[in-house]
Amino acid sequence: MKDIISIRDFSRGEIDSLLARAGAIATAPQIQKTLDGKQVALLFFEPSTRTRMSFTSAVSRLGGTNITVDSVEGSSLSKGETLADTMRVVSSYVDIIVLRHPKEGAARLASEFASVPVINAGDGAGQHPSQTLLDLYTIRQSMPLEGIHIGLLGDLRYGRTTHSLAYALSNYDVTLHTIAPKSLEFPDSLVTELHKRGCRVVEHEDISEIMPELDVIYTTRIQRERFPDAASYYNVAESYRITPEALEGHKKGMIVLHPLPRAGEIDPRVDAMPCARYFEQSGNGIPVRMAMLEEVI
Amino acid sequence: MKSKAEGLMISPIKDGTVIDHIHPGAALIVLRMLGITGKTNQELSIATNVASMTNGQEGKKDIVKVSNRELSKEEVDRIALVSPHATINIIRDYIVVEKKGVESPKVLYGIVKCTNPGCITNANEPIRSAFEVTEEGLHCLYCDTLINTDLENHIT
Repeated sequence: MKDIISIRDFSRGEIDSLLARAGAIATAPQIQKTLDGKQVALLFFEPSTRTRMSFTSAVSRLGGTNITVDSVEGSSLSKGETLADTMRVVSSYVDIIVLRHPKEGAARLASEFASVPVINAGDGAGQHPSQTLLDLYTIRQSMPLEGIHIGLLGDLRYGRTTHSLAYALSNYDVTLHTIAPKSLEFPDSLVTELHKRGCRVVEHEDISEIMPELDVIYTTRIQRERFPDAASYYNVAESYRITPEALEGHKKGMIVLHPLPRAGEIDPRVDAMPCARYFEQSGNGIPVRMAMLEEVI
Repeated sequence: MKSKAEGLMISPIKDGTVIDHIHPGAALIVLRMLGITGKTNQELSIATNVASMTNGQEGKKDIVKVSNRELSKEEVDRIALVSPHATINIIRDYIVVEKKGVESPKVLYGIVKCTNPGCITNANEPIRSAFEVTEEGLHCLYCDTLINTDLENHIT
């Protein structure tokens, strides 16, 4: 694979292969320095902490060298250079480009103009394939991606992570249960597409309806700005909060995931429960991003 | 048999392309899709909402005649999006030498502007918009936006 732009470009076999590679990296007694002598540009034209840090760490662990630009202000983009030109120029300096950009489709454009592999580290509200892959990796650590029930909770309309995850999961025999406030449900076009791909999608108003059947709860942030006033936001946010009480009666082996950062969606008391896997999920960003770097080199 | 009035409005052309059976009222959009504007130097004849007889039923249609330019299949296939029943006639020395229908292209480049203001194709970059033409509508190959309503309002 030359570039990693969107999870939509992956076949099921390619996802499985990359997750297997990440698993092998995570359990290897000694890490192979597959990026030895290679330079990687981390171009982060939008704020990011965990994605940038985990890519930086992944490059270093594989023996590569990072060259980081972490704001538009510090780059030629602030002088009016096009992203296309930036890609042409940076291609002559490095062996791989990791790009985060505020515009949707920026990584696709970058791959068309760069002569070295491009990895999309998030393009605006668009694609963020490394997040999706580490989500899948974390689920697969606990259970096979077959015959399971996955609950997607929170803002499902604007949250890019759940869209990409749902699309990726439609490669597998899983049932998706969506639990979202009114007007924040999955877009109709996405539900239609998932159905066409043979994925079962069931809508619920309340998580208690489905809690005992769920193998995975994937919860996301509900943003304050989606609501007309603070009161209606707090009412909705509270009813979608994961607490030990809300989890009562959950299936044995069920896991709770969150792309982080969280802002009250998960009660801190859940952190100590065996089902809490969101910090492990975040840590899985390292082997998954190492596998992605190895994939394109 | 053509009516006298229609004959007066649309005179035959010696060489060029006649696009017939355009959806009534869509002629001007068709011209925009073909990149033919008032600033281009082709001689144009446009008729809108003229009487038409299709399969024994009366109706209306638009007609566009472009003199001295033979439109390629790739060019005219774009108009299938707004006028799927249009026919293309290539004229040489007043004779129709080729007649064909239009087919939707698989990918449409540069004709339609993505409705997502956050799409990179709407930034100052040296690229054309690109849409996969699907049953559901136009799917942006950059940002995944689906356009399935008011298509004619998004033509550049």
